[in-house]
Amino acid sequence: MDRPWGFRTRAIHAGAVPDAATGARAVPIYQSTSFVFEDTEDAASLFALQKYGTIYSRISNPTVAALEERLASLDSGLGAVCTASGQAAEFLTFACLAGAGDQIVAGAGLYGGTITQLDVTLRRFGVDTVFVPGAEPSAVAAAITEQTKLVFAELIANPSGEIADIAALAEVAHSAGVPLAIDATLATPFLCRPIEHGADIVIHSATKFLGGHGTTLGGVVVEAGRFDWGNGRFPLMTAPIPSYGGLTWWGNFQEFGFLTKLRAEQLRDIGPSLSPMAAFLLLQGVETLPLRMAAHVTNARAVAEWLAADPRVSYVRWAGLPDHPHHDRARRYLPLGPGAVFSFGVRGGRAAGRKFIESVHLCSHLANVGDARTLVIHPGSTTHQQLSDTQLRECGVPPDLVRISVGLEDLEDILWDLDLALTSAVKDAR
Amino acid sequence: MSEQSGWTGPSSQQRLAILRRTRTVAMLGASPNPARASNFVATYLLASTNYDVYFVNPNATEILNRPVYGSLAELPVVPDLVDVFRRPSDLPQVLDEVLAVGASTLWLQFGLFDVEVAEKAEAAGLVVVMDRCLKIEHARFHGGLHLAGFNTGVISSRRAR
Ligand SMILES: Cc1ncc(COP(=O)(O)O)c(C=O)c1O
Repeated sequence: MDRPWGFRTRAIHAGAVPDAATGARAVPIYQSTSFVFEDTEDAASLFALQKYGTIYSRISNPTVAALEERLASLDSGLGAVCTASGQAAEFLTFACLAGAGDQIVAGAGLYGGTITQLDVTLRRFGVDTVFVPGAEPSAVAAAITEQTKLVFAELIANPSGEIADIAALAEVAHSAGVPLAIDATLATPFLCRPIEHGADIVIHSATKFLGGHGTTLGGVVVEAGRFDWGNGRFPLMTAPIPSYGGLTWWGNFQEFGFLTKLRAEQLRDIGPSLSPMAAFLLLQGVETLPLRMAAHVTNARAVAEWLAADPRVSYVRWAGLPDHPHHDRARRYLPLGPGAVFSFGVRGGRAAGRKFIESVHLCSHLANVGDARTLVIHPGSTTHQQLSDTQLRECGVPPDLVRISVGLEDLEDILWDLDLALTSAVKDAR
Repeated sequence: MSEQSGWTGPSSQQRLAILRRTRTVAMLGASPNPARASNFVATYLLASTNYDVYFVNPNATEILNRPVYGSLAELPVVPDLVDVFRRPSDLPQVLDEVLAVGASTLWLQFGLFDVEVAEKAEAAGLVVVMDRCLKIEHARFHGGLHLAGFNTGVISSRRAR
């Protein structure tokens, strides 16, 4: 049919036609490392990429493919490659495009693991990343050089709650002949589809809201299929590939070239593939993504407004609030709300933040976001405890900052827990 | 380019119908050079479809161990679909040859788009597809693209076939 199916319909159906052999309606878990060839000629054409099919689950697997097509559909992409984690999705993308001597221009407010991946690991391999505060488009434009292969930013930064100006970033990237990749983990395609605003590549940690239940690690790279990889800046896309008989990714696969390289070369060589069982669990999550995200954002809005009105709280950094510097960007790119992960300050500094975390009964103290449960963490006494108060402020994480990922519990119960914990935090701090 | 021209090609459902009713494909401008897109498409059509595939190229004698014909008129069969890998300036002449031989579908590969040629072809009763790859379209509907993680746009509660 040519019907433009709705988002909720695609969240349930895209990528999953009933199994040809058995009629199974749910997506079967193809827990098999390998797939038999029909004959030697079949094997040879599969290995030469002359025909599509499954060989070995490091490169592709039917259960994983169902999730890949579903996420590509939800993000308005041409296709997708799933990976073992969000970090693997970032690495595959960077490694696919940049090598020693190349440069990446990235927003500065990235997830900490992505910062160290770029600033330590990839720098050690000779890839230079320039970090631009706030991913401001004019500063990004100024940072792009002849060596730049990618502009990268997070749509919703954490803990600042800043929102990337996708359309403006796409414009500065494209006018320099460089693609734009957006990590939209905290938004999910339900709240924003960066490709519809000009991004070329979208990355998600599927571990978070896509899976949604805190059970499974996973990542995905979605591509729009619009970028001109033949513009002269990407010899890796246009030079003959000896391991595939002299094919070129751009010449032979055109708009499919980037994702084909990501799978047939990067997954093959680097190997962080998503397992079929993990793909199945993530698919279960994605089926209810529209319902869950709507509920996450409703709860997040109520919690943010409640905290902002509370004298025990020094600030709330959620771009859905009118006093956030990126409130207008949030309304433009995330009209349903800028997600359910944000930070706030507990009056009384580091000790108050610690006491708050130690006083919750319903919220879970752990290092994740995007669970059905409400999660909290106090960087000042955990991930960032080695830093002084001054160092903390310098990296944008004040000593009193608590991060919350608002879950799907009854709002009254979440507020009850926050209220009691704030009371003990503030009492102790006096 | 397709979006700006005002010409609307067959919908995905119509393209699937074209692929289903096609039995014989002539690849016009097929190349013996493995680095060329046409050669790569040919390897797919031979390995992954049931089409009876013929190669046409006056400057080649053998492609993938198969004979090559000098023109559409020299083929031993009337092809249902002519898959064109030629220069844009050749297209008016290609159309004349396709009409003369009696094929029913004119398929222009990625990068080939000519509204004038398409309108003339349609007026003469041909079905026209432009700026699309026959391999990609076949793989879209026959599961290949799906297995490679691409968005086929296919949503259905019927068993795959
Ligand atoms: C925005 C963002 N990107 C990437 C990641 C990394 O994802 P993963 O933990 O699945 O590797 C995370 C979370 O940890 C994240 O919050």
